[in-house]
Amino acid sequence: MQLEAKNIGFRYGDGPWLFQGVNFTVKPGEIVGLTAPSGRGKTTFCRILAGYEKPLEGSITIEGLPVPTRGFHPVQLIFQHPEKAVNPRWKMEKVLSEGEKPDPELLDLLGIEQEWLTRWPNELSGGELQRFCVARALGSNPHFLIADEMTTMLDAITQAQIWYAVLEIAKKRKMGIIIVSHEEKLMQRLCHRVVELKSF
Amino acid sequence: MSILVVENLSISFNQYTESLKQKNVNVISSLNVTLEEGEILAVVGASGSGKSLLAHAILGILPNNANISGTISYDGEILTAARQASLRGTEIALIPQSVNYLDPLMRVGNQVRNSVKVGDAVAAQRKVFERLRLKSGVENMYPFQLSGGMARRTLLSTAIVSGAKVIIADEPTPGLDPVVIKEALENFREFADNGCAVMLITHDIESALTIADKIAVFYAGTTVEIAPVENFNGDGEALRHPYSKALWRALPQNEFIPIPGSQPRPNNLPSGCLFAPRCPIATLECELAQPEMRELRNGRVRCIHAT
Ligand SMILES: Nc1ncnc2c1ncn2[C@@H]1O[C@H](COP(=O)(O)OP(=O)(O)O)[C@@H](O)[C@H]1O
Ligand code: SF4
Ligand SMILES: [Mg+2]
Repeated sequence: MQLEAKNIGFRYGDGPWLFQGVNFTVKPGEIVGLTAPSGRGKTTFCRILAGYEKPLEGSITIEGLPVPTRGFHPVQLIFQHPEKAVNPRWKMEKVLSEGEKPDPELLDLLGIEQEWLTRWPNELSGGELQRFCVARALGSNPHFLIADEMTTMLDAITQAQIWYAVLEIAKKRKMGIIIVSHEEKLMQRLCHRVVELKSF
Repeated sequence: MSILVVENLSISFNQYTESLKQKNVNVISSLNVTLEEGEILAVVGASGSGKSLLAHAILGILPNNANISGTISYDGEILTAARQASLRGTEIALIPQSVNYLDPLMRVGNQVRNSVKVGDAVAAQRKVFERLRLKSGVENMYPFQLSGGMARRTLLSTAIVSGAKVIIADEPTPGLDPVVIKEALENFREFADNGCAVMLITHDIESALTIADKIAVFYAGTTVEIAPVENFNGDGEALRHPYSKALWRALPQNEFIPIPGSQPRPNNLPSGCLFAPRCPIATLECELAQPEMRELRNGRVRCIHAT
């Protein structure tokens, strides 16, 4: 179940190429860090990996097959700002069940309290909301998880709590993880290897 | 010298419950901080711990449904609403957390020039843009044309040119390049070295340590500890409060071990020490009343068992 990006090239409109000829592979259970100066297109590359954006050149495959863009997303993406990733008109319970039915054990592992399920998104703090986004992403049993500055806005304790939960699940399920973070110490702590996004 | 003193500040909001009953929700309780001329106080803590509300209370820009008690004084005199309005942007400047504070209809160069109180406004704006690596074309742009990082740098520019004596920066660095972060932090240090008082609100303890003199740790709407920066060292043995120690140890460069549980929500605060439900050394006594802030080893702490 290897995730493979081959010869990826992308640019917005007729702007300059953000990157071209990028090759990148993640194996099951592997944790890979991705770095680049800001503006180089890390988030765009993550969106391409997850199948939300089509590359202009090259291909993304899982086990040799194209990443499906509809239905089940085997590559799940979590961003920096959870408040932008949830529907503000839905209570948290509904936000969660957008994916598969949430497994109580998973909610527990992520420290999500029952009481929060009855809340509106604007009643929760960033750390509380991000736990829901992680639960939603993991609920569908993805093969790969992309964490694009996932804990950048969170305090150290909440950050460590969320990562412990994610690592435990990744280990159990042999899920691969791609981490984008400007925080070097966090990358060193979590990643098996770190690669720089650049054109070849 | 102390220029801004916040004493016993409490803030609550009137909120309607689902049954349309009015309820008073305490979001900040008996909070104390002091800003000194020439010093940087970093304020760290989880999101929702009341950092932004403190900033808004100092500037006098809390929403209408907020009830405030306690005192804030500036330069030895109580900060009344009228005084806040006249000092805002001139003597006390805020670098807000949200980039939505930029005026969407005004070119950003003009917004920065409006904050210049003395001298050539255009020259001052161009100088600060150059320093923060904003290209010359940016001055003619509207906020919607800026990237997040550019918008943050514009907000920062506004404070830099204002000549304010107190600068309150609310999470000024997320989304910025490490190079620009370093530049911004150096700017804060420079403000302080020129005699300003700076309050740097951030959840990035590591950055704070590079420039701050003191660190205030917030938890669930109050200050649990105020410590000199050098106490954040080793495995945190010099820190006073169990929460500060836990926060320090949870950093990836330290042990990266989280304590369980989460910060209590404002509508559901414990009656005694706010940290008691998660505290590894809590005793029955801790649940009786919220501990007072007290002096301890050249710092302050709100914990009855701290040594
Ligand atoms: N206008 C408001 N009405 C009710 N509660 C509020 C309001 N603004 C903030 N709060 C609550 O006050 C607490 C502190 O918020 P805030 O100061 O923004 O925290 P921080 O900046 O530390 O993340 C949070 O629980 C938040 O939900
Ligand atoms: S007062 Fe008690 S519960 Fe609160 S931090 Fe101190 S030891 Fe822990
Ligand atoms: Mg805030």
